Amino acid sequence: MTPGSVSAGDTAWMLVATALVLMMTPALGLFYSGLVRAKNTLNTFMMSIGALGVVTVSWAVVGYSIAFDRGGGLIGGLHYAFLHGVTFAPRAGTHIPQLLFMAFEATFCIVTAALVSGAVVERMRFAPLLVFMVAWSILVYAVLAHWVWGGGWLASHGTLDFAGGVPVEMASGFSAFAAATVVGARKDYGRQALLPHNAVYVLLGAGLLWFGWFGFNGGSGYGTGHPSVLAFVNTLLTPACTLVVWFVLDLVRDRKVTAIGAATAIVVGCVGITPAAGYISPTWAMGLGVIAALPSYAAIMWRPRTRLDETLDVLAAHGLAGLTGILCVGLVAQRAWSGRASGLLYGDAHQFAWQAIAALAGPAYAFAATFVILKLIGLVMPLRATPHEEALGMDVVQHGEEAYTSAEGAILISSEFDVARPVRP
Amino acid sequence: MKLVIGIVRPERANDVLEALYRAEVRGVSISRVQGHGGELDRVETYRGTRVKMELSEKVRFEIAVSDSFVGPTIDAICEGARTGEVGDGKIFVVELEQAVRIRTGETDRGAVTPVEG
Repeated sequence: MTPGSVSAGDTAWMLVATALVLMMTPALGLFYSGLVRAKNTLNTFMMSIGALGVVTVSWAVVGYSIAFDRGGGLIGGLHYAFLHGVTFAPRAGTHIPQLLFMAFEATFCIVTAALVSGAVVERMRFAPLLVFMVAWSILVYAVLAHWVWGGGWLASHGTLDFAGGVPVEMASGFSAFAAATVVGARKDYGRQALLPHNAVYVLLGAGLLWFGWFGFNGGSGYGTGHPSVLAFVNTLLTPACTLVVWFVLDLVRDRKVTAIGAATAIVVGCVGITPAAGYISPTWAMGLGVIAALPSYAAIMWRPRTRLDETLDVLAAHGLAGLTGILCVGLVAQRAWSGRASGLLYGDAHQFAWQAIAALAGPAYAFAATFVILKLIGLVMPLRATPHEEALGMDVVQHGEEAYTSAEGAILISSEFDVARPVRP
Repeated sequence: MKLVIGIVRPERANDVLEALYRAEVRGVSISRVQGHGGELDRVETYRGTRVKMELSEKVRFEIAVSDSFVGPTIDAICEGARTGEVGDGKIFVVELEQAVRIRTGETDRGAVTPVEG
């Protein structure tokens, strides 16, 4: 394949992969909405749907350019603003049109912004959340994507991040940590049991996320070459191992394997393999599935005992598993599999050092930037609902709808059709 | 011996349970009901259809108590359920003719008094 040409096969797969990753956002909405109380179902789901709208726009307007235009080591330029010059010519280093490359990367930015919402469900108002997601997608996601994929300082020092350990997983996890800190705990947190209202949504959401993740990791080789095939297969192996380890941990802890635990394990496994998918052998991918389960499981058990109401454990499931994955690349990558560098165990300490630097710098920037963005938005509009609104539930208060309306006692005010009203004598 | 019926906001049901527990009132039944008091109607919109929700979700407490517990029970429900807004609910106290504890066959006062230890 000559450089500068478009491959039909690569393009066909990347069109499908883009659609698969786009599906992960409503899948995440389903996953999250099952984990909250019934009165917040729609609001939680709408946080993901909201990202599909506003983040796609912010990405096309300026996010893509900041992430993927050449520019400095810290941020990209503005040549691709409003998709100027993003056409059918192949993206450098790939054999797919840059237009398709832009759309594929857009779906990553959307789902990542939606992930952060898990920290603030059941209390954050919808309008400031939309403002936050726009700002966050440009100032946090696009910047971190530039660092590892757009020719930024981590990329130029050789940090390897296959499908988004830094901009997606660690960024969402540590931003969620910051968001939970700024927005504060739900009013009933620590006083009442706040339980998931529909575990079936959670399982179905996790299943659809795993399905979409084949496009997420399998597409991050930007074609149909060896890295894509390796990443695709590793996306099967790692979550399966995490799932099995989670079963064992659940059995040891409480002698029962839990459904919501299983759904969590699928996500943790997918996250763990994300940065490493195209770089480590299938055997090590299985090992990573085992290792990645441990810190996330421990954090999920410990976090509810703290005052930190990081409600849906984005930090534990995404931040920590992403951190494990990115370090794992530095340990066990093999040139024979990755076609790039080897890790510490295969003789390259330098690679491990730059993976570790990415694992410090990415989370630090994400936490600090998110903290500042939310504090600034909080100066111009209230971030959270009043305690009374929180008690009523965000569905009715924020959207004027309910997920499970009975319609009993509902009196028609007006409808699309001009229905003849009964006339009183 | 009286039956105390409290109809409260669902989001305050946990607070009522806590208040009853602190007042050492045991033996409670609750059910989900729908009702309409004087509260403002909620307007919801589904596509082109706008509806006024006349019935609100409420939780109904039923507590059978001996006469000396009527006052503390009412106080506990009020303490847990009051928000000060219209729609906090009502308490009704009615005479109770007979009560039987099924397990032991105890009747009346014995049946509504919690088992020791």
